[in-house]
Amino acid sequence: MPENLVEVRNLVKHFPIRSGVLQRVSGQVRAVDGVSFDIPKGSTMGLVGESGCGKTTIGRTILRLVESTAGSVRFEGEDLFAIPRSRLRVMRPRMQMIFQDPYSSLSPRMPVGEIIGEAVREHGIVPPGEYRKYLAEVMESCGLQKQHVDRYPHEFSGGQRQRICIARALALKPRFIVADEPVSALDVSIQAQIINLLKDLQSEFALTYLFISHDLSVVEHISDTVGVMYLGSMVEMGNKKTIFEKPLHPYTKALFSAVPVPDPLVRMDRVILEGDIPSPAHPPPGCKFHTRCPNRMEICSREVPETIRYADGHEVACHLYSKEGP
Amino acid sequence: MPNMEAEFDRSLFQPLNEEQKERNLMVRPSLTYWQDAWQRFRRHKPALIAMLVLLLIFLGAIFIPAISRYDYDQQIRTARNQFPSWEHLFGTDKLGRDLFIRVVYGARISLSIGFVASLINLTIGVLYGGISGYIGGRVDNIMMRIVDVLYSIPLLLYVILLKVVFQDYIDEAFKNTALASLKSLGPELILIYVVLGSVYWVGMARMVRGQVLSIKNNEYVLAARASGASGPRIILRHLVPNAIGQIIVTVTMSIPSAIFTESFLSFIGIGVSAPMASWGSLASDAYKGLASYPYLLLFPALAISVTVLAFNIMGDGLRDALDPRMRR
Repeated sequence: MPENLVEVRNLVKHFPIRSGVLQRVSGQVRAVDGVSFDIPKGSTMGLVGESGCGKTTIGRTILRLVESTAGSVRFEGEDLFAIPRSRLRVMRPRMQMIFQDPYSSLSPRMPVGEIIGEAVREHGIVPPGEYRKYLAEVMESCGLQKQHVDRYPHEFSGGQRQRICIARALALKPRFIVADEPVSALDVSIQAQIINLLKDLQSEFALTYLFISHDLSVVEHISDTVGVMYLGSMVEMGNKKTIFEKPLHPYTKALFSAVPVPDPLVRMDRVILEGDIPSPAHPPPGCKFHTRCPNRMEICSREVPETIRYADGHEVACHLYSKEGP
Repeated sequence: MPNMEAEFDRSLFQPLNEEQKERNLMVRPSLTYWQDAWQRFRRHKPALIAMLVLLLIFLGAIFIPAISRYDYDQQIRTARNQFPSWEHLFGTDKLGRDLFIRVVYGARISLSIGFVASLINLTIGVLYGGISGYIGGRVDNIMMRIVDVLYSIPLLLYVILLKVVFQDYIDEAFKNTALASLKSLGPELILIYVVLGSVYWVGMARMVRGQVLSIKNNEYVLAARASGASGPRIILRHLVPNAIGQIIVTVTMSIPSAIFTESFLSFIGIGVSAPMASWGSLASDAYKGLASYPYLLLFPALAISVTVLAFNIMGDGLRDALDPRMRR
């Protein structure tokens, strides 16, 4: 079994809701509510779920860009939440992030070379003498032209900007990259280019990805394992094949039934969910999904389902299933 | 179909080798940020002219006193209240002092006050606002309430209070220390510097804080943090540069307002002390004899107007020049 690069245990992030003149805490938004998973070295974990289910918060909390409420993250064996900030700063280059919006994630006042190279110099990734050459190398491996180093972000298209973001992350020679919906702001044709670029870079530099997306076809293309989130909790997780071919959780089934099939002759059996996603500030008791679940049982509104783990690594949190097998 | 083979020479259609390819590349020459900004600034003609005017005033204020035949406090009894002439470019006042050289000395004071104001704005104002906005939360709240308190004290009251409190210290300092050489400036002027230094950054701090609050939510700030950038680095390299347009506008607005403040304080009699002259005190003196000797008011007023206008136009040009998005 391959070694895990990232191990997330019981990650919890609650955002306080403040109100009134005195800014008293009047409630908690449970953005992430006890999530655990491992990402083996060199693999890609896809994280799917609808908007507001806590995917982005997971990505940011793992990298400690947002302080967690509870839980632990081990990265290469080190507990990221326990180490001092000075140590964290040194470790930063090893774990990078690619953002969703290539427009707001590049400073409009910095030329491209500076955007990519600032942290390279800061962390001394390459000796000063080789800096210019290294910059050109990184840009070319991300499909950018090296003579564009002095241009500013506004002179590039969305796809090129996302390449700049990727180059910025890659220039620090990371081992782990959190890609937070890296293609959702791009045209479909450009999406494919960027996804393929990410895949190529993965095999070239032995990268490990946490790939956050709400686009199931993209996740199917790039992931090795897939986690499905609903309202801050992981409802189902397993390797790509089992999840896509044999989804267990009613939410996963509903989600996958919404993926359009590019064949007019196939009749789609869509599972239509009733109601809206409940507010994460007041999640329903018991199974969080019971308010919208087509297979709702009496127990669901009372007890939180335990996560059941099967031999093939498939995990599901639902009262419909027992340990013996689906 | 005719045979195309015979029509062209194949040797003309060979692929280029690497070196030839490099040579055919069309690339804009790469410029540093400041070279680039200078090119854009130069295209903005009014701003360029404004800068030259300011440069002229600046150099004049420094060098003219050294080559002038008159001194600012020299009274020529035979030439009182003279109309402008080649002998006295701006005429003379009722004590027979050459107005031109007095306006030049006034420029020294007014420009130095503008300089102090912009320096304070750019350092204390920008850093204070930047830190307050970036850290946010309780720290921001406390820092901004301090600003509110400073903002609420009327300037005039503040000057008078400071004068009462610090007069003795300043006098003492003039007697014993190296500051003695500044004596000709007079204690009131030092007081004006202190006043400007302690309150003039308040507007800038508020503005920068507001800008930073909105800029810090951009993902590039998060990206910088993800790369391990420290707080000061994020403020100075990512937040302040993105607010620079607003900062420059505020600075160019604050220089004229500082010059006006000094003029106003001198006008009501708590600015520079006679016989030293500032543009404000010259205007104040001239005001009394306005009907008979209007030129005494004209020249100082003109100096104030031209300087203030030039600063505004130059600031406008600078703001555009420093924005890489304006690049064509």
